[in-house]
Amino acid sequence: MTSVENASVTPVTLGGTRGGPDTTTLRRDHWWLQPAVTFSVLTSFVVYSSWAAFVNKDYYVGAQAHRDLLSPFYSPCITSSCVPGSHPSHVITWWSLSPALLILIVPLGFRLTCYYYRKAYYRSFWWSPPACGVADAHGSYSGESRFPLILQNVHRWFFYLGLILNVILTIDAIMAFREPGIGIGVSVGTLVLCANAAFLWVYSISCHACRHLCGGQVKRFSEHPLRYRLWKIVTPLNARHMQIAWTSLVFVALTDLYVRLVASGVIHDPRLF
Amino acid sequence: MSEREVNMRVWRGDANGGNFEKYSLASQEGEVVLDVIHRIQATQAPDLACRWNCKAGKCGSCSAEINGKPSLMCMTRMDELPEGDVVVAPMKTFPILRDLVTDVSFNYEVAKRVPAFQPPPPPEDGYRMQQVDIQRGQEFRKCIECFLCQDVCHVIRDHEENKPAYAGPRFFIRYAELEMHPLDTNDRREFVRQKAGLGMCNITKCCTEVCPEHIKITDNAIIPLKERVVDAAYDPIAWLGRKVRQKRKLTPEEAVGTVSHDVATDPDS
Ligand code: SF4
Ligand code: SF4
Ligand code: FES
Ligand code: FES
Repeated sequence: MTSVENASVTPVTLGGTRGGPDTTTLRRDHWWLQPAVTFSVLTSFVVYSSWAAFVNKDYYVGAQAHRDLLSPFYSPCITSSCVPGSHPSHVITWWSLSPALLILIVPLGFRLTCYYYRKAYYRSFWWSPPACGVADAHGSYSGESRFPLILQNVHRWFFYLGLILNVILTIDAIMAFREPGIGIGVSVGTLVLCANAAFLWVYSISCHACRHLCGGQVKRFSEHPLRYRLWKIVTPLNARHMQIAWTSLVFVALTDLYVRLVASGVIHDPRLF
Repeated sequence: MSEREVNMRVWRGDANGGNFEKYSLASQEGEVVLDVIHRIQATQAPDLACRWNCKAGKCGSCSAEINGKPSLMCMTRMDELPEGDVVVAPMKTFPILRDLVTDVSFNYEVAKRVPAFQPPPPPEDGYRMQQVDIQRGQEFRKCIECFLCQDVCHVIRDHEENKPAYAGPRFFIRYAELEMHPLDTNDRREFVRQKAGLGMCNITKCCTEVCPEHIKITDNAIIPLKERVVDAAYDPIAWLGRKVRQKRKLTPEEAVGTVSHDVATDPDS
């Protein structure tokens, strides 16, 4: 009997001479358009968020403006350099750089290892492959089977950490209803923070690891009715994970931008009611 | 019925070489690429080799690359293609036999390596399964074995050297189907990780894009398999649990039990 360990390899002679046309691609449509768009949007996001993380100011609108709006890039603001009012009482004192650099590790890790973003950047940045039926730009290929890309398997752990962050950003959104010196109210900033938290929740819930943990991993749904129901809720969202990923990515940047513009005095955050 | 003149560029050749031949002919409204290929055979090139059976998108024989996209010739309408030459080439990933016909036996070799379905001993009143338990696998049963997904998968399309250690999307759906089967007792997670190259797939989704049966290969089979592999191999809590209970991790061989991997048909046994 063939054991697994000594199972012989598929003879490469099966590859034989391929014989067909040897071209990079025979595609005649604009196959480069999609990777080009993905490349541009992701690059813009990376440039903006790096700048926003390094500048280390204008991320909080506090009591002077009768608001409590904290940029998602700086939440939870846990270092001692955080501006007063923006952080909880337990702070990290040994970190002297921008607090965002510490905080962003979680969302960055979560998005970098996300199954959808993997597809997006493997195609548009690494050209492996740039589009279907267009040759891979690399001579050799081992996919995600070796270091460093084997580390993509930690996605689940970033998913858990991302949930904690979602809770924190939800608390921020609730706090945004506070208008110090006035009372409770709703401003555009409140709605922006609420929408941002909602998009991040939907993004997490539609995650493939979430779908697996909710119920995908069970063999017999009939024995796990609750997990089956969860799986059925998550599955249709999961099918839209790409759209949700883009929406939440763009929105998180816009949320930071909004808080930044208000904090720096460029615009005023209108009170709605 | 309206007719239009079309220019077809069809690959003619075998293992010794070949080139695109140009055929100009009339195409009628509603025709598919396979119709036009047949008319070329009937009127201009009786020796043009192509494979087909059903002309209904169900036998999976007529796979080719139309304007560079892996597609079924019988399901690609001429009027949906852009103006200009229509380029028809054989599948790139498999060795050519002649013209548009390739030797897809690589796939049959891979199929033999999938550790077989292993149900428990039958209970007295026979096996029973519930619909909710079997429905995930039913999507994968729609596969018509056209091997377009195998053809487009860059892991082997652009890297011939990966073929010996890579099952490919068509067989990842088979692994997923068995792993999700309510009566199967084999555990193929280590096997699919170590022996079938699941880690090589970088989930770029081309298999899903070309599948004529619209099977969500990546979302419903490959990613769930990758997550199962995380359960088995990359989950520190599960690892700690095994350490505490002093349980050794099974080799892929042990995990798939004593089941023969189709011994009778395995050419290497
Ligand atoms: S998603 Fe994976 S299996 Fe499918 S074509 Fe891409 S690399 Fe191949
Ligand atoms: S999974 Fe789809 S593309 Fe792949 S062989 Fe089956 S029907 Fe064809
Ligand atoms: S967040 Fe995209 S797959 Fe998990
Ligand atoms: S001829 Fe059967 S699928 Fe095209």
